[in-house]
Amino acid sequence: MEQVVRPSRTVQIGLAIFFIGLLAAPVVYKRHQRAEASASAKMSKTQALSRYGFYLQESSKASGIEFVHQAPTLDVKLSHIMNLVASMGAAVSVVDFDRDGWEDIYAVNSKPGSRNALYRNLGNGTFRDVAPEVGLADVNLPGTGVSTGAVWGDYDNDGYEDVLIYKWGKPELYHNDGGKHFTRVTEQAGLPGWLNANTALWFDYDNDGKLDLFIGGYYPEYLDLWHLKTTKMMPNSFEYADNGGRKYLFHNLGNGRFEEVSAKLGINSRRWSLAAVAADLRGTGYPDLFIANDYGVSELYLNEGGKRFREAGKEAGVGFSPKSGMTASVGDVLNRGQFDVYVSNISEEGVLVQGNNLWMPKSGTPTKTIRFDNMANTFGVELGGWSFGAQFADLNNDGFLDLYVANGNVSLDKGRSYWYDYSKIAGGNQAIISDAANWPPLDGRSLSGYQHKRVWINDGEGRFQEVAQMVGVKDVYDGRSVAMADFENRGALDVVVANQRGPLLLYKNTVAPGRHWIEFQLQGQRSNRSAIGAEVRVFWAGQEQLQQVSGGSGFCSQNERRLHFGLGKASSVDRVEIRWPSGTKQTLVNPAVDEIHNVREPL
Amino acid sequence: MIRAGTAAVTASTGAPERRTSAIVRFFSKENRYLPPLFITLILVAGQAKFGLLESFSRTALAIATSMVLDLVFARLVIGKWPNLASAYITGISVGILIRSPAFWPYALCSALAITSKYVIRWRGRHLFNPSNLAISAMLILIPEYVAALSIQWGNDVWPLIIVWILGAFITWRVRRFHITLTYLISFIGFSALRSVIVGDSFLAEVAPITGPMYQLFIFFMITDPRTTVKSMRGQCLVAFLVAAMEMILRLAGYINAPFYALTIVGPIALAIDIWRRSRSVSSVPVAAGAA
Repeated sequence: MEQVVRPSRTVQIGLAIFFIGLLAAPVVYKRHQRAEASASAKMSKTQALSRYGFYLQESSKASGIEFVHQAPTLDVKLSHIMNLVASMGAAVSVVDFDRDGWEDIYAVNSKPGSRNALYRNLGNGTFRDVAPEVGLADVNLPGTGVSTGAVWGDYDNDGYEDVLIYKWGKPELYHNDGGKHFTRVTEQAGLPGWLNANTALWFDYDNDGKLDLFIGGYYPEYLDLWHLKTTKMMPNSFEYADNGGRKYLFHNLGNGRFEEVSAKLGINSRRWSLAAVAADLRGTGYPDLFIANDYGVSELYLNEGGKRFREAGKEAGVGFSPKSGMTASVGDVLNRGQFDVYVSNISEEGVLVQGNNLWMPKSGTPTKTIRFDNMANTFGVELGGWSFGAQFADLNNDGFLDLYVANGNVSLDKGRSYWYDYSKIAGGNQAIISDAANWPPLDGRSLSGYQHKRVWINDGEGRFQEVAQMVGVKDVYDGRSVAMADFENRGALDVVVANQRGPLLLYKNTVAPGRHWIEFQLQGQRSNRSAIGAEVRVFWAGQEQLQQVSGGSGFCSQNERRLHFGLGKASSVDRVEIRWPSGTKQTLVNPAVDEIHNVREPL
Repeated sequence: MIRAGTAAVTASTGAPERRTSAIVRFFSKENRYLPPLFITLILVAGQAKFGLLESFSRTALAIATSMVLDLVFARLVIGKWPNLASAYITGISVGILIRSPAFWPYALCSALAITSKYVIRWRGRHLFNPSNLAISAMLILIPEYVAALSIQWGNDVWPLIIVWILGAFITWRVRRFHITLTYLISFIGFSALRSVIVGDSFLAEVAPITGPMYQLFIFFMITDPRTTVKSMRGQCLVAFLVAAMEMILRLAGYINAPFYALTIVGPIALAIDIWRRSRSVSSVPVAAGAA
């Protein structure tokens, strides 16, 4: 039996004060932060320009864009949770489909019978939907499934970018006939008859000069979501699900046909993929493949000389902690000349604080076995909300890549949340969670709805500051897909955002004067004509920033192929090094700033 | 929180002395390091198989904070060095049961838990299960940064079976399995009742308890000997009342209902128990309970 020693009154009081202090400190800190944020949110455009160097003005209607996404309506067996299972589909990609020098916008729709839109950039700040004219509107006909995204790439190297429209349903490949019309070539290409995909990208994995195609399944491909034979079609785990859609890797045979080689090359996975990005993460000259999966860990497929892929997520550190991966984007965050990877996840107060991931390569790790650290918390880009699409871009032209993150899952009744029921079922045994019939009805409730977006500006020294409200991003739609492009060829990156059951938003960017930039429009000759996979390093004022031409990144999105670099106050660039996918290296010395440079690959 | 056995270990003073093998001694209820050892094994296996922790370093921070503060406060309050098994379990409980990408919530939660043991006391005993109180406080005060146990061990049946075998063995050895069983039966009964009330399927209502992480709560948290009542019948009653309170909170949509239910019911039951015992057996000295 312990001897009770009564502590002195001073000790008792001291302990009580310490205890109260522990309880009070985080609350006080939180209130202070909220008060600061609230004060900042009232900032004017002029103040924002002065303080942050840019301002985003939502101007879709003024630009002639009046597109509202319509969500899928699936089998009636899912009607009690329809807005949950059909919570994706809004997607946007950027392309200059007619090679007129102005970037255009392709937005997909997801209700059977709804139309996709191709907004042609008229070069005067306005757009016009030309999808019906060119044959890219009626692609959601009943019985063929619905669009969930589109990626552009010149697979036959004829100079015009073709488009793969991936779906919950029949994927479609359209050939671009000289920027005037699109011809459906799905069957000739050898694409599968049905899949349920939420990600796809073009990349030349073997550097043979022809673009190959990756498609990542979400729901299993054997499910027709409009004619379900069973309700046992949900993930069999919230964090370890392995009953999702298969992955496809189509090797471009060069005659308009593709060969499916995923299993042959080592890609075997049935995780629920929502995003993928290809980038040469190790400096091998071949693009690796990073896949962000919902209900599980991310996967990193290392490219072994274009001959094989080896899954190395766990050994690289990115495939250990399972989360709800919904975007995959690459960017050189600290101007170190190497790519970092951003993956979005779910953070909901008191329920599920997964946090987003910023995977940064450990310095000095050998090429063969790259390892990453998650620096999202340190850099302040961790807590977004229910985050979907994210893209890196230098929005204020200060020479460092900023980050735009779209948030919000299902916004219905603002006052009632589905989170309690969601958490109830998510923790249950796999026999329970995998059967949609066991899921409580959504009943008009929201699930992480009406969330503000995140615009994090990069100070270049390891910290990001969240400024969305201050720089004009105030919408609370259910954000999905984010793409960046300089739509007015003026050296400022605009932001286009596709929202689930919401309008397509175009945030036009105004950058504070005195900040310089440089852009590169690449055209491959030995490499694929779209130059997808080409790397550009810009050296200026002691800085080095690496970017690549991407065939798809973020969540169901694709940025412009043109590369944009902010330079801050520097009015000159020392040199630019281009590494083409073919291996050809090219150097530009002292290129002029504040200009778009058209660069053709040397033969 | 996961403290079963740390105080249920009572000296078998009246038993005849006999030589026992090391294995028997190791698995005896007198070995107060048995529960922490098993919890550590579950933690390591869970991390190796599922990556259930944010990182070992965060859990290590929770454990270190807990042990250091327990050392300091025990010297100040009791005047002697404590056995750190209890603080270790508090730290590891925090490391398992809260989820945050940041480091500081782990340290803060452990600090709250240990400090509460020395601040909120009545008649020489702390009333709240320290980790339970700290986790509840974190979830209420700073939900932006912290979540509680949910889906980190997946939805497979095998972790459930393993935790059940280990948990049942430990709670049976320390004579607490009846608490777990009472709670389990009550939860299932209340699930059926909730199903009738809210109209959701019984499987949806019973789903939470089929998740492996929930098992840690029913085996190791509600059985904490320091913060449960003395009699077996009383313990069963309290387990039932915790489940009943949880049902009420669940009907009100509280996601972290089990933590809050124990925070509400546990100290009230313990206070009543202490009060009743002090009235009936006024001469019995009371243990300090700071371990």
